[in-house]
Amino acid sequence: MRVSEHPILCFQRGKEIKFIYEERELTGYEGETIAAALHAAGVKVLSRSAVLHRPRGFFCAIGTCSSCLMVVDGVPNVRVCVTKLKEGMVVKEQHGRGRLG
Amino acid sequence: MKTVDICVIGGGPAGLNAALAAAGGGATVLLLDDADHLGGQLIKQTHMFFGSEKQQAGTRGIDIAVALTRAVQGTPSIEIWLETTALGLYDDGVLTAECLGEYRKVKAERFVVATGASEKMLAFRGNDMPGVYGAGAAQTLMNVFGVKPGQRVLMVGAGNIGLIVAYQLLQAGVSVAAIVEGSPQIGGYLVHAAKVRRAGVPILTSHTILEAYGGESVEGAVICRLDPAWQPILGTEQRIPVDVICLAVGLSPLSDLLWQADCRMLYIPELGGHVAWRDENLRTSQPHIFIAGDVAGIEEASSAMVAGQLAGYAAALDLKLAPSDVGERMALAQAELAALRSGPVGEKIRLGLESIRRDKR
Repeated sequence: MRVSEHPILCFQRGKEIKFIYEERELTGYEGETIAAALHAAGVKVLSRSAVLHRPRGFFCAIGTCSSCLMVVDGVPNVRVCVTKLKEGMVVKEQHGRGRLG
Repeated sequence: MKTVDICVIGGGPAGLNAALAAAGGGATVLLLDDADHLGGQLIKQTHMFFGSEKQQAGTRGIDIAVALTRAVQGTPSIEIWLETTALGLYDDGVLTAECLGEYRKVKAERFVVATGASEKMLAFRGNDMPGVYGAGAAQTLMNVFGVKPGQRVLMVGAGNIGLIVAYQLLQAGVSVAAIVEGSPQIGGYLVHAAKVRRAGVPILTSHTILEAYGGESVEGAVICRLDPAWQPILGTEQRIPVDVICLAVGLSPLSDLLWQADCRMLYIPELGGHVAWRDENLRTSQPHIFIAGDVAGIEEASSAMVAGQLAGYAAALDLKLAPSDVGERMALAQAELAALRSGPVGEKIRLGLESIRRDKR
């Protein structure tokens, strides 16, 4: 799902990063957001809604719509569309409202 | 507490130009942005801009972002705080902000709010499903991170954003099933429409989306024709298998900070929704707060850049820290804005601005 050839842009990807998504080890690149790395790995569902538990993905990708909140390293409500991927991050689907602890 | 003459909130096309103009006569400037880069949404605009040479027409947005960022970084009187979110703007000229978990305060004599806009949602069944993205989000994913939003896209909206992003999807190797547009006419420039049509993408005017279907994410869309009263015509439904639905149905100004600062707000549909009342030099009803760019009303990046200059000069002029020829520069900016808003394309903007001018209360 990554762009391989482009008439205008040349993507210089950073170094490979391993991270954990729901017990699975995935690979992304330094400099990209968690949402971009997940999407490239085919993961579109990021959270479930609070009442009807409907699947949610990102919508705006610029940190304003709150559709992409996930639990990252135990911290809920992380906007993964604007949060950069780091080595060893543990990323989980968020179900409903975030809870600390 | 940090003390500066002028604080600019937002480092997109408007904010970058505001910072440069504000610093031009010796004022100290602090430029904030919540992202980890300057340039705002210019960093995903791979197309060449329209307008005159002065507004860098013929240059790609991504290159304008690089040039403006360099200019700001090369100005010693401009300090830059990235990954900094403005939280509150108060009557005593204090701004509170969060920077990487740290709480900060800024005291400035004048503020320029250039916080931009975000994509509008559209009401249809299944619109909350993963795979329904703002067109700008798909653009960020493919042009900034080099990740395809999907295999096959339905674009909703044939304004400039819908047309341009559809073309850029094709450039990224993604197929575009169709562009649907509720109005009987294409809203964007015909040169963009011609490009996507030549690539074989149908533009279906007087059509809308009724439903997104699928399980965990989008598997397709149901579209239909609209009658002249914009009502769906029964029996014209079509199922289109796609894994992505992009919405390009307009933008909303990100005006939360202006509401909180108690600026007088007006609902102006032609400008994208709620915007702050402002005078001809972009000063809001709060005398220490100026606005520029999409937060002042949805327009093109070219007008945002000129408006940023105008607001930056006006703020510096207040503090007697403007360049000596500031009167001339502001008149020039006003004339450029008028030129950018002339003609049939600028009609909506002109109507919106006229409603603000008439509101003298």
